[in-house]
Amino acid sequence: MTVSEPRTPHAVSAVTDAGEGTDEERALFESVIADDKRIEPRDWMPSAYRRTLVRQMSQHAHSEIIGMQPEANWITRAPSLKRKAILMAKVQDEAGHGLYLYSATETLGTGRDVLNDQLIQGKARYSSIFNYPAPTWADMGAIGWLVDGAAIVNQVPLCRASFGPYARAMVRICKEESFHQRQGFEILLELMQGTQAQQEMAQDAVNRWFAPSLMMFGPPDAESTNSAQSMAWNIKRFSNDELRQRFVDMLVPQAEVLGITFPDPELAWNEERGHYDFGELDWDEFAEVLAGRGPCNAQRLQRRRDAHNDGAWVREAAAAYARKTAGRAVEGAAA
Amino acid sequence: MAKAENSKFENRATEAAGHETWPLWEVFIRSARGLSHVHAGSLHAPDATMAVRNARDLYTRRMEGVSVWVVPSAEVTASDPDAKGAYFESAQGKEYRHASYYTKSEGVKHL
Amino acid sequence: MSVTDKPVTDKAVTHKPVTDQVENQAVANSSTGQTAVPSTAVAEYALGLGDDALILAQQLGQWISRAPELEEDVALANIALDLLGHARQLLSYAGRAWDKSEDDLAYFRDEPEFRSVHLVEQPNGDFAHTIVRQLIFSSYQFELYSELVKSTDPMIQAIAAKAVKEVDYHRDHAVQWTLRLGIGTDQSHARMATALIDLWPYVDELFHDHAVTKDGKLKSELSGIAVVPSTLRARFDSRTAEVLERAELTAPATFIARGGGRRGVHSEYLGPLLAEMQVLARQHPGASW
Repeated sequence: MTVSEPRTPHAVSAVTDAGEGTDEERALFESVIADDKRIEPRDWMPSAYRRTLVRQMSQHAHSEIIGMQPEANWITRAPSLKRKAILMAKVQDEAGHGLYLYSATETLGTGRDVLNDQLIQGKARYSSIFNYPAPTWADMGAIGWLVDGAAIVNQVPLCRASFGPYARAMVRICKEESFHQRQGFEILLELMQGTQAQQEMAQDAVNRWFAPSLMMFGPPDAESTNSAQSMAWNIKRFSNDELRQRFVDMLVPQAEVLGITFPDPELAWNEERGHYDFGELDWDEFAEVLAGRGPCNAQRLQRRRDAHNDGAWVREAAAAYARKTAGRAVEGAAA
Repeated sequence: MAKAENSKFENRATEAAGHETWPLWEVFIRSARGLSHVHAGSLHAPDATMAVRNARDLYTRRMEGVSVWVVPSAEVTASDPDAKGAYFESAQGKEYRHASYYTKSEGVKHL
Repeated sequence: MSVTDKPVTDKAVTHKPVTDQVENQAVANSSTGQTAVPSTAVAEYALGLGDDALILAQQLGQWISRAPELEEDVALANIALDLLGHARQLLSYAGRAWDKSEDDLAYFRDEPEFRSVHLVEQPNGDFAHTIVRQLIFSSYQFELYSELVKSTDPMIQAIAAKAVKEVDYHRDHAVQWTLRLGIGTDQSHARMATALIDLWPYVDELFHDHAVTKDGKLKSELSGIAVVPSTLRARFDSRTAEVLERAELTAPATFIARGGGRRGVHSEYLGPLLAEMQVLARQHPGASW
């Protein structure tokens, strides 16, 4: 990650490659963005806009899919049948959200097979938070409260992203995810009202997930290479630091309800700013994990590769069956 | 459980991994009786029978639908976005097609 | 039932029919609700059905994040969630007989106290094994619940009425995959044939009667409430034979496993499965989650 100078978003034009498209096409694209309307898949768009979207949307989809794993690992051990059902439904939703996002990405002309290959070959990025381990049940609470909480803060503005299919996928995802954060909060609440051991488990999980969840908003604005252009394109609506601040301001009162603390001695209300101050995050660690050197990068990718490889014969068989039976009557014509 | 039998296949599966892609389907959901089917998104499935089931599993988990359509994405014919002018200009400027154009009858009941 | 035909007792003559209606509704509610306490025999019966559903849900839950395609992660999770729902209702109901919660029963019984059949204890294996297990079990369950919707026990009846529709979908899912894997490629066909050989021995136990019968007849406490499993066998056989034939597969002529799950005699697979399922709950006995 290179450190670039802070930029004001609107100094960047919506169309970067002036050589692309006809004058008319570029003008139409610019006016749609300027009017805060939606670009649809078959509209002309600058190739950099398309690339940015494919990258961001597929990273988002990969994050949902890889993000299933730390929680799926606890489905078999959930400590009550109610929690087991909730967790299963939540991990299932994540598969669903990955699918919505892959499907939106495919409208830009990049197939899921290509995206999946990039993922399992280690060429694609996904949210680095999922490379941290979830060793205790309280991690299910902390992931729901902090990780999904951060995701929601990130995602709500994306419901107005300028690319129609992305915005529509996000609307559906945000609607469904509203229970994810709550169930996490309630897991922690239950633990904090429980035995000493349960309380310690909860505090320990929050200690481990707090900083990584704040890093989910990406590097500080001054160092964020893609932010300015994404904001000019109305893909991104708020800067990384703005969203991070919003998240911290939201968390502190919730932590008070839980009776849980954050491992940040600098966390304090700043009357003047009207916001909570918080300490510097360890961006070297962030860069390390992002570069593939986090605690679980290798095992997460291996699990995805295994699922894909183990399933190959099934996908082939289903495709072969479809070819063999093509032309036979299909049940239920649309009505 | 038939481990020896399976292990033979494991190698073949690895070799062939990832080369079979199921086609893409567009999914339309009727959210309630009396309403039209509305486009919900897309998914992959090997054939129509599985596509409609996958659509049920993916897009109606929260009682969003009472009926599902699936259409192969490749079978959708769309208007040409470059011909937007030719297609949609004609409807512009023909306000007399809308009731709001007729202002003199305002205030007359049941009209 | 016509309300006006009901014999009217001495007082509150004028509004009695309305009161009756309300009371009838209360009975109907309690049938799906909180109050009815089953006899021990009915509780034992519900426990067997509930354990089957619980163990199978536990197994299918392991597919989530590992399925052959993402759409199938979602499909298998739906089936697992349905089964877990059935298990929770059945265990909650059974538990009332012993003043135990669904979680007491799921997490604090030892292996011999479980009543699950061996089929659901068999591991997921490859996708073919999971599909064959699903085909066998959902076909059996469909016939079972189709009969239990006529149960005179209102709770069993209510659970079956919801479950039978869900299981109908599970069976369809298994049938569709059986066709695709049976006919698809040489490899998928061979894997299905192997899975059938591995799992068919456990079919017989599903239709063992001894847990619910005495002297060849349904135990009197279960009369009208439970189903004699062997009576479901013919329909199961003809339905599965039809599916296997369409899928160009056959039910193998193979040995019959001895079963014993309903008596608490289990396969080797159940112990580790329970150890994993129960580990956290048992580390914190009495804790609330």
